[in-house]
Amino acid sequence: MTDAEARAQNAGLAHQFEDLEQQQEADALGIWVFLVTEIMFFGGLFAAYAIYRWLYFPAFQGGSHILDIRLGAANTIVLLASSLTMALSVRSAQTGNRRALVLFLVATMILGGIFLGVKAYEYNQKFVEHVVPSLDWAPEGQTLARLAPGGLGHAEMYFIFYFAMTGLHALHMIIGMGLLLWLVLRARKGSFTPQYFAPVEVVGLYWHFVDIVWIFLFPLLYLIGGRY
Amino acid sequence: MSQPIVPQKTYVMVFLGLIGLTILTTGVAFVDLGPLNTVAALAIAFAKMLLVILFFMGVRHSSGLVRIILVAGFFWLALLIAFTMSDYRTRSWTPAPDSWSTTAPPTHP
Repeated sequence: MTDAEARAQNAGLAHQFEDLEQQQEADALGIWVFLVTEIMFFGGLFAAYAIYRWLYFPAFQGGSHILDIRLGAANTIVLLASSLTMALSVRSAQTGNRRALVLFLVATMILGGIFLGVKAYEYNQKFVEHVVPSLDWAPEGQTLARLAPGGLGHAEMYFIFYFAMTGLHALHMIIGMGLLLWLVLRARKGSFTPQYFAPVEVVGLYWHFVDIVWIFLFPLLYLIGGRY
Repeated sequence: MSQPIVPQKTYVMVFLGLIGLTILTTGVAFVDLGPLNTVAALAIAFAKMLLVILFFMGVRHSSGLVRIILVAGFFWLALLIAFTMSDYRTRSWTPAPDSWSTTAPPTHP
């Protein structure tokens, strides 16, 4: 069914639902069940991280001190700001303000893009410092001095977790950016009304979830064992 | 939709709270608290997560069904981490007998 037909028929109510409220309940429930599977998906990595952080603590501390804490903190703020604009997007959809909806969605995309850009710069720095497991693993100079006390092999394990966890997170961000682009295109056409904006809300919940993953990744990867 | 429209000010206040907590967690990392550094970092991250879930994700106004599913997800995650860690952390309590040593590959008759 096209958007126009859907709107013609009771503003976006799919035929299998009694009313919009029931449809909204089902939409919300569906995305929450998906997010719970995502919790378990990332949870496996977090559990493995917990084991190795405990086994190889000195190496994890050394690896953590290679990362740039300022970039990590700044990126956290960028991502939190994108969550704010995402929440405001949903609110604009609720109030039926199409202009604000498009603006806030685009702002969310821009902030997400800044996050990914900083992340790309950080990944590049890892190649510069030769601390990319198996691809470019040859730390030297000051980097080596920081990693050596915990054992180089153990430090490599830290960077495997660093790339696996931030990489999986970044992949979720890229998917989120694609979804946002789709929302912008639909919002510009006027597909969303105060009665029907489930896609905006569902993508919003996904975006906030990805933000929460980063809220934990920042202290777990950048702030191990303190910087004093 | 049945969700109430939350004033913009609420979202902005929550955002400012999240920024404050980010600065706090970064600052605390530069203070030597011993093992409490990890506890503080995780506690602050948990507080930030609650802010995002309750306000940005609107769970404050969600149905009981959504809340149960969310709590069940975190309960299962807690089981995963708690049982895995309790295994690894207690292995040294009961060392395997020397006769179980597998340094030499088992010989087949």
